[in-house]
Amino acid sequence: MSAVTGAPPELRDPAWTRRLFWLLAGAVLLAPMLVATEFKPWILLAPDNLAVTLRFVGDFLPPRLDGEFLALVAREAWRTVAIATAGMTLALLLAIPLTLLSTAALSVSALCGRMHAVPFVVRQAVRWLLIVLRSVPELVWALVFVRVVGLGPTAGVLAIALTYSGMLGKVYGEILESGDTHATTSLLRNGCGRLQAFAYGLLPQNASELTSYTVYRWECALRSSAVLGFVGAGGLGQQMDTSMKMFNGSEVSTMLLVFIGLVWLADMVSGALRRAIG
Amino acid sequence: MSAPPLPPAAPTQPAAGAPLPPPLFHARCVACWIVLSILALVVASFASLDLQWSRFFSLEAAQRMGRFVGELLVPATDLAFLGRLAAASLETLAMSALGTVLATAFGLLLAIPASRTHEGARAAARAPTRLLLNALRSIPELVWAALLLISAGLGPLAGTLALAMHTSGVLGRLYAEAIENAAPGPAFALRVQGVAEGRVFLYATLPQILPQLISYSLYRWENNIRAAAVLGVVGAGGLGQMLTFHMGLFQMSETSSILIAMLLLVALVDLLSYTLRRAMAR
Repeated sequence: MSAVTGAPPELRDPAWTRRLFWLLAGAVLLAPMLVATEFKPWILLAPDNLAVTLRFVGDFLPPRLDGEFLALVAREAWRTVAIATAGMTLALLLAIPLTLLSTAALSVSALCGRMHAVPFVVRQAVRWLLIVLRSVPELVWALVFVRVVGLGPTAGVLAIALTYSGMLGKVYGEILESGDTHATTSLLRNGCGRLQAFAYGLLPQNASELTSYTVYRWECALRSSAVLGFVGAGGLGQQMDTSMKMFNGSEVSTMLLVFIGLVWLADMVSGALRRAIG
Repeated sequence: MSAPPLPPAAPTQPAAGAPLPPPLFHARCVACWIVLSILALVVASFASLDLQWSRFFSLEAAQRMGRFVGELLVPATDLAFLGRLAAASLETLAMSALGTVLATAFGLLLAIPASRTHEGARAAARAPTRLLLNALRSIPELVWAALLLISAGLGPLAGTLALAMHTSGVLGRLYAEAIENAAPGPAFALRVQGVAEGRVFLYATLPQILPQLISYSLYRWENNIRAAAVLGVVGAGGLGQMLTFHMGLFQMSETSSILIAMLLLVALVDLLSYTLRRAMAR
């Protein structure tokens, strides 16, 4: 190209000052973070730490596979699934009425211009409730409920129910409002009740999307129900916590494998279901 | 799984006159079987868990809940506590950011062997690297943190590394998809000229996918701040560690301040990431 124009080829990278600036800026930002997180990875390699780690990881092989332990793990794995499913069911029971209350697609007063003040305030209040429910992490809910109802699956079920009802309610509302609401408004204009308009207009239109999101959330609930066990809410996590505190590598590796398998299975089931819904 | 007894299917032959509604259940209806198995799963779940509803709905639990909520409404605001809270918030923020940065580096390092860059590439490392990425990804941050506590000890280092581990798996996979989906033209042009693979990646593929990579990383940062806030529950530093400490002592007004700090931190990171993404899209 330069031969054609006769100008000398540009050998200097025109972007290098900018790159240098961003490199320096990154270093300046990163340094205090390294201090704040006490980032000293070499302590992983300190002789006594390394010895403990190697013994623990060395224990991973072979995983503990005797019948008694496998039966225990299977029972705990089922409890994990059951906590997720029960939590999702309760979350649905909470989320559906809250969605119906909060969605603007079923507003009668909004049919002609703006929504009235009272329904607007009610809908906003329900939305704030949903925000509060979902912005407290499920682990924190679980910590609270462990203190109210004691150790065990009840705390896990309640934690999942509350957090997931917030998430489901928000996303259901968005799904219902994002689609074409023409059929629903026609029903409402012609004198249908809100529930009728929902059941015959809004729901059939969005059913597959709603179901697909619910199935996806069930999969997420399964992951988090395993984690909730670490604060004492039952299931695989609680058992894993116990084994880790006893530095029992072979038990931990069995449970990790079972957990990965469980998540993979849930992934397959939920993927197949969502494809079937299409 | 056996079907619970249901009313027998209505005859499929429509009677003369008004057509019958379709039968509620028949053996060839896949959707019916799916619904039935979901119902069975739900019933079995509730039946097999020893849920203590009596305890949850008892007067005692209600009183305790009421006391908790009452104290939660009055956040603690004394200065010494707020100072510690600010330090823990900074620690959480640093954990999430550093974890994401580390994961970006490791994710990119793992994504290159995990992708098939062009037709006819051998990509022998693709399957094993993807297996590694899946393993990293399928273990949640909290479990990683609990595992890493054994070698890194209590404190934010374990949390940071845990975030980095899980996020490397997630980002590595996303990056690999991005690399494989990049338009092949520029890379092909360089390859035809005999340019080595490393330079092809740096000069043709990377500039194309960089905006996508940055936006994935920012999105994971939003997730990581949420995870970092609770990682401390197992002892991995930050706000979570403070939360378990004060909750263990039933100090609900301190707990309330910590929760507010968590929410503010999450909102702050969401805002930052949103602004950065907006700035990049322009």
